[in-house]
Amino acid sequence: MSAIPFPKPDPKILARRGEIVAGLAALLPGECLVTSEDERRAFETDALTAYRRVPLAVVLPRSTQELASVMKFLHKEGVKVVARGAGTSLAGGAIPQEDAVVIGVGKMNRILDVDYPNRIIRVEAGVTNLAITDAVAADGFFYAPDPSSQLACTIAGNIGMNSGGAHCLKYGVTVNNVLGLKMVLVDGTIVEIGGEFLDSPGLDLLGLVVGSEGQLGIVTEATLRILRAAEDARPVLFGFPTSEQAGACVASIIAAGIIPVAIEFMDKPAIEICEAFSRAGYPLDVGALLIVEVEGSPAEIEEELARIVAIAKGHGVSTIRESKSAMETAAIWKGRKSAFGATGRVADYICMDGVIPTGELPNVLHRVSEIVAAHGLRVANVFHAGDGNLHPLVLYDINDPLEQAKAEAAGAEILKLCVEVGGCLTGEHGVGIEKRDLMPVQFSPADLAQQMRVRAVFDPAWLLNPAKVFPLEGRTPAQ
Amino acid sequence: MIPVDETEVADVVAGARAARRPIAIVGGGTRAGLGRPVEAQIRLETRGLTGITLYEPSELVISARAGTALSEIEAVLAAKRQCLAFEPMDHRPLYGTRGEPTIGAVAACNISGPRRIQAGAARDFLIGLRFVNGRGEIIKSGGRVMKNVTGLDLVRLQCGAHGTLGVLTEASFKVLPAPKSSATLALHGLSDDAGVAALSAALGSPFHVSGATHLPAGIGADEALTLLRLEGTEHSVRHRRDALIDLLAPNGGAEELPAERAAALWRAIRDALFVAEPRETAIWRLSVAPTSAPKIVAALADRIDIRHFYDWGGGLVWLAVAPGEDAQAGSIRAAIAGSGHATLVRAPQAIRAEADIFEPLSVPLMKLTAGIKTSFDPDRIINPGRMYTGI
Ligand SMILES: Cc1cc2nc3c(=O)[nH]c(=O)nc-3n(C[C@H](O)[C@H](O)[C@H](O)COP(=O)(O)OP(=O)(O)OC[C@H]3O[C@@H](n4cnc5c(N)ncnc54)[C@H](O)[C@@H]3O)c2cc1C
Repeated sequence: MSAIPFPKPDPKILARRGEIVAGLAALLPGECLVTSEDERRAFETDALTAYRRVPLAVVLPRSTQELASVMKFLHKEGVKVVARGAGTSLAGGAIPQEDAVVIGVGKMNRILDVDYPNRIIRVEAGVTNLAITDAVAADGFFYAPDPSSQLACTIAGNIGMNSGGAHCLKYGVTVNNVLGLKMVLVDGTIVEIGGEFLDSPGLDLLGLVVGSEGQLGIVTEATLRILRAAEDARPVLFGFPTSEQAGACVASIIAAGIIPVAIEFMDKPAIEICEAFSRAGYPLDVGALLIVEVEGSPAEIEEELARIVAIAKGHGVSTIRESKSAMETAAIWKGRKSAFGATGRVADYICMDGVIPTGELPNVLHRVSEIVAAHGLRVANVFHAGDGNLHPLVLYDINDPLEQAKAEAAGAEILKLCVEVGGCLTGEHGVGIEKRDLMPVQFSPADLAQQMRVRAVFDPAWLLNPAKVFPLEGRTPAQ
Repeated sequence: MIPVDETEVADVVAGARAARRPIAIVGGGTRAGLGRPVEAQIRLETRGLTGITLYEPSELVISARAGTALSEIEAVLAAKRQCLAFEPMDHRPLYGTRGEPTIGAVAACNISGPRRIQAGAARDFLIGLRFVNGRGEIIKSGGRVMKNVTGLDLVRLQCGAHGTLGVLTEASFKVLPAPKSSATLALHGLSDDAGVAALSAALGSPFHVSGATHLPAGIGADEALTLLRLEGTEHSVRHRRDALIDLLAPNGGAEELPAERAAALWRAIRDALFVAEPRETAIWRLSVAPTSAPKIVAALADRIDIRHFYDWGGGLVWLAVAPGEDAQAGSIRAAIAGSGHATLVRAPQAIRAEADIFEPLSVPLMKLTAGIKTSFDPDRIINPGRMYTGI
């Protein structure tokens, strides 16, 4: 009894399932093909677990060539395709449909080349986000975008969603850190976009593909920028009596011309949930918490911190705690990065991802709590405050259809509020199915039609992840 | 035609489309030499579309109509100690043009400067656009907030499309605090290889280098200069300067340049002043992996006469060559051999009309590019041919 509709599966494709699976089996060894219903079920959803669809089959190719041969075959057969990384999308971006084949890049997880003089790394798309940093950390380098899900999520999914993370305030999101891609188009053609250099030639197809949610092609390799880590980094906890004060403090820090590496925000419910789960040592007697990370040499850190502390004092900060050791630093970040997981242990939740102008933080936080309370639900806020990217977690009981409907209604109201104050529906999680039907709130019919015409250039028959991003009604062909 | 608002732009385009008359978009006219010449009956000038429409210093965002002078925007930002961190190049010295560069052209042509290596390009700071497509429709993409992954990213697609996908009417950029202080270190007399190696060492250090250039002997000075810029608070710059001097000791000992000389050098690097004269030479911009740049240059120097210098840690090579028949496009692209791309930035009109100004694309990418052009501009009336034949 799900609220978000999926397109009706094509009965002709369902009827030909045996034939299609046989065709795939001719292209790939058994270990790369998942056909039994039980095993296919493992791919039926992503991190938006309220929605599930068992796919026609799942293919896990080992190389770009293999993947291209599969795409060519499915294209010829007119079969839809849903690309999948690790399936951690919070927007339902990786949820299959019954008449589609899932193509997962999980078996393509090698680091291909590390080049320190040019500060680049080349990887297969199925490598996890954290494995990239792990491959270069011993030499003092890192890959900047760090989604909280980095242990599990793949660079393919990061590219699919243009993912961000806590440290993106300073270092940018995925699109700012990708230099090149290898991608398989819907008909099996292999293309290379960009490379080991800056600013790819021609139109910025790289910028278009990053964040395109598996609608333009399947990414199989990526060339990424790696950066040398700062000499040192130190997170500091700032506790405030109220959320409004913490929000105002964020705006003042940015206004003072300080761009820390990260400014993360947690309100009281989020602090309690995270502290109970991770024992990070968060203060429990505050209404809101900021984790501000600064980096550089010890002296540079002291200088910047002194300025931030002075600003925080102007906003009534009640607790200031600096990390004194690497272990403490790790604990502080573990608490933040496990926020969603920890929340998942106390309740089911939907995670909103709207962005607002930072000046609106106090106002919007206030209205978010009103909206959620009006639906009789609870909310925990934990998000990237420096760039105004909110993550209200609306808590509900997934087994209660009525609560689910209320949670979704509250979520929609929150996102509409974000757009109303000058922001947008999603800052890093993507549209998927979750925000698909809200797209007309942010875009005019002409805006959407232009996007859909571009989409159709890559995929004229709408075979690639077709249930996502654009409302099901009124889809536009290429011209 | 000089429309004064977005609706008038839409009317001009709709009219031109109905009459099948192509339009050339003109901003400040200072970068008219960039790209292939456009044959068009209608000149659409953006100078009626001016004014800053939003500036929130505490939210790091500025929006302005496309014809707004870049100088106006930079002045307004400077008053609040902020800047366009990607340091847009001024093309006037290279083209010998007058007039005022506009913010619309910065967005349309993805114009960046030396700080691109650290801060990112114009395309990394452009967060929202309004434009009129070739169907005469007013379209927006992105917005005014720092993060936005809602729908397909038409903002980046427009940034660097040189106006071939529509007439930009308003752009929003993320801005950053202007650096409070800066220091420039110089190494003297290094070969291209050694210079680029020093740049790599510095860029691979934790010291946040925001400019990394190698000027071979005879470019800017008699002996080669390898330059590294550090920016930030005074205290931090001093610390990193000292650390970088230690780090570069094996590369031949770095010394700090006087502030005025350094500022003049970075401006000259940004605007490619070193290759602007003599005026009849053709100018190329090569984007390659930094460590391969000296090899590409050496291979070229064996075959043709060149003058060159490196920015972006070696990844950007500015090249001046004799115009010849095709501005040496064949030799240059053969030397790069697909491991990067070359743009012909300046050449006589006749060559610009014939040569591939932008790197030719693979067949499938060209097909997608043509399809995208059509999806915005079905009758190919906006800046037709500016990038590629018919596009
Ligand atoms: C606990 C938790 C914390 C999270 N924290 C963050 C966070 O801090 N920041 C953030 O941005 N996100 C976060 N996310 C969301 C999610 O992890 C990201 O969206 C991530 O990038 C998804 O990666 P994935 O490998 O799981 O991709 P999937 O979920 O499998 O796929 C994501 C999208 O990419 C497409 N895709 C997958 N592979 C390809 C491919 N090869 N080619 C083209 N398209 C492809 C899919 O079709 C889908 O649309 C979090 C999620 C969870 C569960």
